[in-house]
Amino acid sequence: MKKLEYPGIGETLYGTRLANGLEVRVIPKKEFSTFYAAFAANYGGACRRFAVDGKTVDTPAGVAHYLEHKMFDLPNGDSALNILSANGADPNAFTSSGMTCYYFQCTEGFEENLRMLLHFVSTPYFTAETVRKELGIIGQEIRMGEDNPGLAVYYNLLKLLYEHHPIRDRVAGTVESIAEITAETLYDCHRVFYAPSNMALCVEGDVDPDGIARIAEEVLPKDCAPVPAADFGAPESLLPAGTFRCEEMPVSAPQFLIGLKLPGDLRGEESLRLQLTAALALRMLCGASSPFFTRLYAEGLLTADFDFEVDPSAGTLTVIVGGESREPEKVLGEFQKACADIAAKGFEPAFFERAKRASLGARLRGLEDFDNVCVSLAEGVFDGYCALDACPLLEEVSAEDCRRFVEEHLRPERMALSVIAPKKAQV
Amino acid sequence: MEYTRSELMPGVFLSHLQCGKFKTACLSVTLLSQLKRETAAMNALIPAVLRRGTARYGDMEQLAKRLDELYGAAIEPVVRRVGEIHCVGFFASFAESAYLPGGEDLLGPVSALLAELLLAPNTRGGLLLPQYVDSEKEKQLDLIRSRVNNKRSYALQRCLEEMCCCEDYAVSRYGDEASCEAIHYKKLTRRYRELLRSSPVEIFYCGQASARAVTRALRDAFSGMPRGELDWDIGTDLRMNALEEQPRYVEERMAVTQGNLVMGFRLGECMEEPDIPALYVFNAVFGGGPTSKLFLNVREKLSLCYYASSALILRKGLMAVSSGVAFENFAPARDEILAQLEAIRKGEVSDEELDWAKRGVASDLRALLDSPGELEGFWLAQALDGLDYGPAELAGLVEEVTREQVVAVAKSVVCDLVYFLRGEETDKSDGEDEADEEA
Repeated sequence: MKKLEYPGIGETLYGTRLANGLEVRVIPKKEFSTFYAAFAANYGGACRRFAVDGKTVDTPAGVAHYLEHKMFDLPNGDSALNILSANGADPNAFTSSGMTCYYFQCTEGFEENLRMLLHFVSTPYFTAETVRKELGIIGQEIRMGEDNPGLAVYYNLLKLLYEHHPIRDRVAGTVESIAEITAETLYDCHRVFYAPSNMALCVEGDVDPDGIARIAEEVLPKDCAPVPAADFGAPESLLPAGTFRCEEMPVSAPQFLIGLKLPGDLRGEESLRLQLTAALALRMLCGASSPFFTRLYAEGLLTADFDFEVDPSAGTLTVIVGGESREPEKVLGEFQKACADIAAKGFEPAFFERAKRASLGARLRGLEDFDNVCVSLAEGVFDGYCALDACPLLEEVSAEDCRRFVEEHLRPERMALSVIAPKKAQV
Repeated sequence: MEYTRSELMPGVFLSHLQCGKFKTACLSVTLLSQLKRETAAMNALIPAVLRRGTARYGDMEQLAKRLDELYGAAIEPVVRRVGEIHCVGFFASFAESAYLPGGEDLLGPVSALLAELLLAPNTRGGLLLPQYVDSEKEKQLDLIRSRVNNKRSYALQRCLEEMCCCEDYAVSRYGDEASCEAIHYKKLTRRYRELLRSSPVEIFYCGQASARAVTRALRDAFSGMPRGELDWDIGTDLRMNALEEQPRYVEERMAVTQGNLVMGFRLGECMEEPDIPALYVFNAVFGGGPTSKLFLNVREKLSLCYYASSALILRKGLMAVSSGVAFENFAPARDEILAQLEAIRKGEVSDEELDWAKRGVASDLRALLDSPGELEGFWLAQALDGLDYGPAELAGLVEEVTREQVVAVAKSVVCDLVYFLRGEETDKSDGEDEADEEA
């Protein structure tokens, strides 16, 4: 395996691509009792249309997530979730718009658990009956989401920003769309997207990297299958489809998100560089030490849960800023003013240096978290970069890069505002 | 990992965990007092107000600037309750010198800033600034009101509140709306001074520095800590019995599309001499994870819900079972939950189930050794109970637990209150739908 040293952050990364196309990344961690493994497919809720054997296939909303639930069923009637749990591991999975990720954490029996993870994710077994049975569980999961203002404010924002990109729709689908899913649908999507060549295995813990690659070679299919690209439709303009939406729900105070689209077609280091520049610019614009945040916080317009993120998913890149506020529209106005001000004047050099320091500290903190590290590594594999390059690459970002980013992208006409307001005469 | 405990000054204890494997060190300072309705909102507000500015760094912008200089060190207010002990203070985390370009040691400056936040706030005429107090008070009110936003945690809180209606535990860690609204900056300043003088203090450090280095840094930083007559009379009232003979029922309506069922239990007489490892294992067998009876039956076998799980609130001797179910499935879900508890009482726990539960609990405890934040919580609770064994020892004890011990716990548990949050009759909310959906 190829060995890469990151002396600045005290990590060594081993990586390789197996003959079957699987990308493997391993960070050995001596002294830790926890082992963590993430096995991810470059396939998520937004990958609904794709071409296979020259034909375009459309699948209902929610298949990737449904598949995730059903993958735990083994042909002998056992559940991989139970087998792993019974072996002392803590297994779970998530499906985002662009990725399906199966993972476990354990402190013993790592090899056995890893074999099980690789085995169950590569062994589809669905029957009409087992597929039907899951309808009730996922239906309740979808219902639970409908009562969640965090999800509502998020998806309403995506619907404002994106005109047709399937990232607009909830990953879990709807009670109606999942009713269309059959065992056949699941087999098809598994065959197409769960080929090792479309997947990444990322491991952290006190392990031997070559041993991990050997186990993956043993357990997984040998063939390197071609993988179809998901069809997300025509490229979208950088302007939002709509700019404002407000919905009422039983919440105590308005929840809001401001969002905007960034070019989602960048790959590799370019993509990572844009994400880092965006994150650093946002930290200075609206982070905890920004004049914008401290002033609005003192005025009672923002709370401590105010946050920002740059979210890459399914060929999109979205800036999302928000939290809770009595006057979301005023916050948007103030945010736009702060952006215009920086676009004109740029960031002060001393402020920029402090922000870089703070950003380094925050990244070191993020490295403590195995699941964060492994999932970021997998995202990087699918996007063509190495997540651990973030620290060295961040060093190269200049104050002028950040100013230019603000000037080019953080423009008022690019922004949309989604609000969940308290239901009148409620609570 | 080496744990030592010492008394830095009267009633100020340091738990020191030396550990070279993390990239960030953590340092927390916690003031302990009795959870009471009259003081809860004030206690909770104090760290938030202190975090607004110190004598030297007068406002948040200057504080943030200082924290950025310290490589993004974080110092955040923390408000918790462990049983009926109210714990308020700050949690700091900061980069270890080995990973910083100039190899700067942040322990000294972070300890100094932490002590300054606690001991030297921005005041006028010796009083906390009214604008800081009012602004944080509004935020705390928002926070208290915001509990309805998350239906699952709201239902859990409501169940515990109703169940413990005659106990201090009914008071949330942020206090109630009315007492928060009544806070005035002069009164808050008095409470702040009183808390500083009378509270026992727990300090926790986990990182690469030696106990000697940490003791020195903290003695310097906290030399001005006022110490008066200490309030040692704090603790939790453990009630073994349900309030009434039959479980009480509380139902509440809200515009929701899914019902939230929470069943509150007293752990009962087993809490007279709690067998901690057995309690953990019992919870894992019953509803603690994917191998538990609740998950396998209520979710997997009967497909009644997306989640059905139990959680122990050990320091108050309680257990809560939560489940998100369709409105019409309230009764079947409740009955199945009780039936599964009954099965354990009858000894219907297979060798496999017992083994799974033990492995799961032991593994979770050992994994805790890899997270500075979790270690902090674990050791604070141990310190409050006067216990000095670590997660690894506890994991060892868990592996020894027998079926009889688990059954004994199940027999002791009593259902006290059933809470159900359901929709409004005519309501048909059509909400659109965070991006990741957990399995």
